[in-house]
Amino acid sequence: MAHIMSLRELQVDQPAVIASVTAKGEMGRRIRDMGLAPGVQVSVFGRAPLYDPVALRVLGTTISLRNNEADHILVQVEE
Amino acid sequence: MAATQHASVALAGNPNAGKTTLFNALTGARQHVGNYPGITVERKEGVAMVNGREVRILDLPGTYSLSAYSPEELVARNVLVTERPQVVVGVLNASCLERNLYLAVQLMELGAPLVLALNMMDEAEAQGLRINMPRLADLLGLPVLPLVAKRGKGVDELMAVVTSRLDTPVHAPPLHVSYGPDLDAALASMQQLIEEHRFLTDRYPARWIALKYLEADADILAQGRQAGPLSAMLEEIAEKTAAHCRSTLEVEPEAIIADYRYGFIASLMRKGVLSREVAEERRAFSEKMDRILTQRLLGPVLMFAVLLALYHAVFTLGETPMGWTEAFFGWLSGVASEALPEGLLRSLVVSGIIDGVGGVFSFVPLIMIMFFLLAFLEDTGYMARVAYMLDRVFRMFGLHGSSVMPLIISGGVGGGCAVPGVMAARTLRSPKERLATILTAPFMTCGAKLPVFILITGVVLPEHQAWAMFALTLTGWAMALVGARILRWTVIRGPATPFVMELPPYRFPTLRGLLIHTWERTWQYIKKAGTVILAISILLWAAMTYPSLPEEQAAALPDEAAVAEASLEYSIAGRIGKALEPLSRLAGIDWRTNIALVGGFAAKEVIVSTLGTAYSLGEVDAEDASSLAERLAANPDFTLAAAIALMLFVLIYAPCFVTVVTIWRESNWKWALFSTAYSTGTAYVLAVAVYQVLSMVIS
Ligand SMILES: Nc1nc2c(ncn2[C@@H]2O[C@H](COP(=O)(O)OP(=O)(O)OP(=O)(O)O)[C@@H](O)[C@H]2O)c(=O)[nH]1
Ligand SMILES: [Mg+2]
Repeated sequence: MAHIMSLRELQVDQPAVIASVTAKGEMGRRIRDMGLAPGVQVSVFGRAPLYDPVALRVLGTTISLRNNEADHILVQVEE
Repeated sequence: MAATQHASVALAGNPNAGKTTLFNALTGARQHVGNYPGITVERKEGVAMVNGREVRILDLPGTYSLSAYSPEELVARNVLVTERPQVVVGVLNASCLERNLYLAVQLMELGAPLVLALNMMDEAEAQGLRINMPRLADLLGLPVLPLVAKRGKGVDELMAVVTSRLDTPVHAPPLHVSYGPDLDAALASMQQLIEEHRFLTDRYPARWIALKYLEADADILAQGRQAGPLSAMLEEIAEKTAAHCRSTLEVEPEAIIADYRYGFIASLMRKGVLSREVAEERRAFSEKMDRILTQRLLGPVLMFAVLLALYHAVFTLGETPMGWTEAFFGWLSGVASEALPEGLLRSLVVSGIIDGVGGVFSFVPLIMIMFFLLAFLEDTGYMARVAYMLDRVFRMFGLHGSSVMPLIISGGVGGGCAVPGVMAARTLRSPKERLATILTAPFMTCGAKLPVFILITGVVLPEHQAWAMFALTLTGWAMALVGARILRWTVIRGPATPFVMELPPYRFPTLRGLLIHTWERTWQYIKKAGTVILAISILLWAAMTYPSLPEEQAAALPDEAAVAEASLEYSIAGRIGKALEPLSRLAGIDWRTNIALVGGFAAKEVIVSTLGTAYSLGEVDAEDASSLAERLAANPDFTLAAAIALMLFVLIYAPCFVTVVTIWRESNWKWALFSTAYSTGTAYVLAVAVYQVLSMVIS
């Protein structure tokens, strides 16, 4: 079963596919510039010492962003 | 021949894609390369010789797209549009082709005369990526070449294609990407209007302008409003389209545009451009490193350990060569005193030049080792992890994870310089966080302050120098963070900006690269010591010598020591130092040091050289080649409390002149003045407080 949730809730190393990026304005643009677009595979690589920011694997690179930014990215996971 | 008549080739691409590496390979330049996104923040120009002809090469700051949010992105876009290079080499990181093509697609929409260079093919291959370049070239209709810029592989082949394009320019029409039925319809009608009115079409392709209106690009909108009334009409269409998107799809047009662009790229990839094999060695290596180096508990511990180890290494490795340089200048000053007759000339050469500049030169070995280790950390990719681990903490202080790099360049790990540091703050997106970073970067222990600290800690804490230096570095950071917090609460209020950053894979630095970095920075230090510092030293020597003490006053004094002392006091510099003494006394700083501190407004290196001159002028016997450190140690007023207060003052007070000018350039003159005033004020208050408290505690 496919299931949609926010990127913040994703477990470390749990595979997922981006469903949508709801961030607006500059934040949205920055996120999209980094290759975070619908249909792209992501997984959480790790979290920084204070649990924020989070490091993601996207399109062969490692991208880090903050939790409040991750909230604006919805992902689809297989149960 | 004027520069503009040369053929010009621009290098554009994502941050950290290897543009500067290619630039250096082509032009023989030694521009700064680092494994961190956003090293280049200005356009850099060089000349390459290709088959006996000169080709002007422009290295641009890296950008992820052409949306131009931060100053360095605007630089890149403006060069492409206004300077119109004859060929644009799109330097792409082959190991994340999709993301890198996002920019390439926008360059093609802009109609740039593009040649694609797929760099880092070595890494792409190690990751098991197979890229069908002829296929990609076919699909995009432009040349695509493989490159390993770091090893110079493929550079000649690339340049052959580039020069053939210089000879016979190919005018490819701007790429036309479909953005779905809603946007395409709006784009078509806007494009028609734009073409009819020739609205900005001398600068940009019509469809691109329409796209930027849909994206509500601030820069293009501003240009459009100046260009004519059509702008209002276009804005109206754009707004209507946006309203439609919002009501039906609940998204902004700009999101739809991005999604379609990635869709376009994904469809290219599916047409047999990219295939993956299983080997993921490189990534696996980087990931394993990160599992340890950014581990939640171990990461921060290791980070501190690395920085501390850096200082220990510097002092243990640097001790011996530093002794040699000191001995050399002691010997030199002895020889000069012997050779020159007693009088003003000897005083100028020995006290003004050798003791002044020699003091600065003798730190070269230490500085060199420091630079080497710093370059190593920078080139491995570790600094990006530091930014990642510290972002949360920095945000609490109103800064940003990306503030870490400017602060480190300014001397956060010791031995940097605030001038490039302030400029590196350009990579910060938000003007507020950027300004806060610029205003606090000068608090770091830059290469010019290091000699002062090494000198003083050597006198008062010889056993614990590495620890003392580490503590000073941390104090610099604490000052920067607290300073930023206060600034962000008062004069530069505003919300935090997104932290979206790429962590590049760990790369093993090349020895050549490290040596180039080290030498480059060391050479800058030496050059500055030999020119600016020399000139200021002579100037200050004159200020410390003239006007000379009247004969009859000198005659009335008991011995030579008293005459020397009285002469220095009588000079202009001495009078200034004395005039400031009532104030500086509160911080345990005497009038001689005041002279050095005033000189330090020009350049911080001058502090050591001026102290050298001031103490050597006050010396009875100039042939007695005791070092400045010994002279300081012999001064009874130079207590531990006074030393700490002095170091604190030097750490924090006004940035040097060049930094102030840079701050001015990067913001405006008000902030430059503000920076000078508030840091000097803070430094004074803290130095007084620390001196008073410590004097009480210690005695
Ligand atoms: N493995 C590998 N590394 C490379 C290659 N080319 C460059 N690098 C490394 O990639 C990193 C970034 O190189 P730079 O030349 O500074 O990149 P840039 O595009 O100028 O980056 P910005 O100035 O930040 O936009 C450095 O560590 C280089 O040594 C290559 O072909 N292969
Ligand atoms: Mg560069």
